[in-house]
Amino acid sequence: MKAVKQKPSSVSPMEKENSSSSSLKLFGSWASSYTHRIQLALKLKNLTFDYIEEDLSHKSPALLLHNPIYQKVPVLVADGRPIPESLLILHFLDEYFPHNPRQLLPKSPHDRAAARFWAHFTDDRLGPAVAAVFASSGDAQVAAVDRFRSELRLVEAELTDGVFAGSRFFSGDQIGFLDIVLGCGSYWLAVFEEVAEVKLVDAVEFPRFHAWLRDFEEQDEVKAIIPSFNELLGYARGLRKILLGGGGGEADNDGGAVAGVEAGDMGNLQK
Amino acid sequence: MTFKPKNGTLQKQLAATFSLINTGASRPFHQTACVHISPKLKPEKRRMAEEKGVKLLDLWSSPFGQRCRIALAEKEVEYEYNEENLSDKSELLLKSNPIYKKIPVLIHDGKPVCESLIIVQYIDEVWPSKTPILPSDPYARAQARFWADYVDKKVYECGTRLWKLKGGEALQEAKEEFILILKTLEAELGDKKYFGGETFGLVDIALVPFTSWFYSYETYAGFSIEQECSKLVSWAKRCKERASVAKTLYEPKKIHEFVGHLRKKYGVE
Repeated sequence: MKAVKQKPSSVSPMEKENSSSSSLKLFGSWASSYTHRIQLALKLKNLTFDYIEEDLSHKSPALLLHNPIYQKVPVLVADGRPIPESLLILHFLDEYFPHNPRQLLPKSPHDRAAARFWAHFTDDRLGPAVAAVFASSGDAQVAAVDRFRSELRLVEAELTDGVFAGSRFFSGDQIGFLDIVLGCGSYWLAVFEEVAEVKLVDAVEFPRFHAWLRDFEEQDEVKAIIPSFNELLGYARGLRKILLGGGGGEADNDGGAVAGVEAGDMGNLQK
Repeated sequence: MTFKPKNGTLQKQLAATFSLINTGASRPFHQTACVHISPKLKPEKRRMAEEKGVKLLDLWSSPFGQRCRIALAEKEVEYEYNEENLSDKSELLLKSNPIYKKIPVLIHDGKPVCESLIIVQYIDEVWPSKTPILPSDPYARAQARFWADYVDKKVYECGTRLWKLKGGEALQEAKEEFILILKTLEAELGDKKYFGGETFGLVDIALVPFTSWFYSYETYAGFSIEQECSKLVSWAKRCKERASVAKTLYEPKKIHEFVGHLRKKYGVE
């Protein structure tokens, strides 16, 4: 924590950031890994906020007002102004609270570009690959598992001798932007392994990813945010039944966490 | 293009290459036009010349590549342009973007940056003093990123369907969807000069390259963007008054010719 010298009458930057002078409201869903990204970021930055749990099958008028284009969680409302999309919110938090000692994105433009690229890869390739495994069975699932593994190999290679080689986390010694993006979602892997009865992350084949995930999940802040394995398991079992069993009426398919897992999200509950 | 080659021989080579691109003269699309560092340079200097500086791996007609070219022009950054042959990708491209193997790729002092909006933000961060592409206010930055991302998610994919679908209900649906996307963007633009207000910025850069494709979209899907979104068309004209945009974008008829080739390639006609 940076010591800040201030005249007695003025408010220190840290006080200002944590006080009610900046009001933060987060609309989210308890099982949404995208929501967890923001909850974790806020925790790391030691920022207070109001949390509104959304029923994704009956979205609140407030959510629809704050995110009319995508109508999804999470949405952060900062001093009355809404910011949707988890990656944008993470950027915003760094920039809105520039004196906060916990800056999530790296400093150099090249490192920032690399972090943004892999965040994009996570949501664009890795997440959908996991979702495809979870939403399939039989031969289709075997193919989906192969596809996922080939995507994860790219991450493993980057951790082994790419731009992130040699670091405990993607952001260095402490977790940061990319750890949050990839980590909030990766905890679903163990859950999906159990529910879908597949092996996704072999510690022998993916030693660095495995070590990174283990270290990420052991962070106090992460433990405080992520729901328990059993909670996630219960949720995933219900989801898998619907995905494979089909059925359910309009209510099941029209938004709601249940319909959230499309080929587009890892444990998505952004609908 | 803003490029100042370092020696006479190189200048001649590049002039020949760029004259083709700048005049939009037709050339076989399979032809590679890689720019080389002169073999007359001593090995060490050659290595440095190859590693230092800014290089853009690109395809002349790519709206994503054009975003990067516009950003570099706005910042008055000198760079080397490498035209890629996408059916015979260079080793440099495959090495620089092994994950997606796509253009554009910006290589700055030997280090690659991939994905056009990531590249544009990188350019803004490396050369901050000239013509800011993102505003300084955090909320305005979030809005700019949101709308640039919206363009990415919606315009290219839907626009592609407009020229790639043969017809029928699917094409009709794509057309309606596209009009809605443009109207949404137009609503965001409102009466502002640019998406960011008075300053040309990220969202303008993200969207303006697609305006060269409007003529093709209109022709194949049978509608008029001027009729549906006249404010957006006016915005496009204002953008084209900027030197960076004027010298980067191709005439719609030139893109239309290119789309014609693509339609044949994909068996649409």
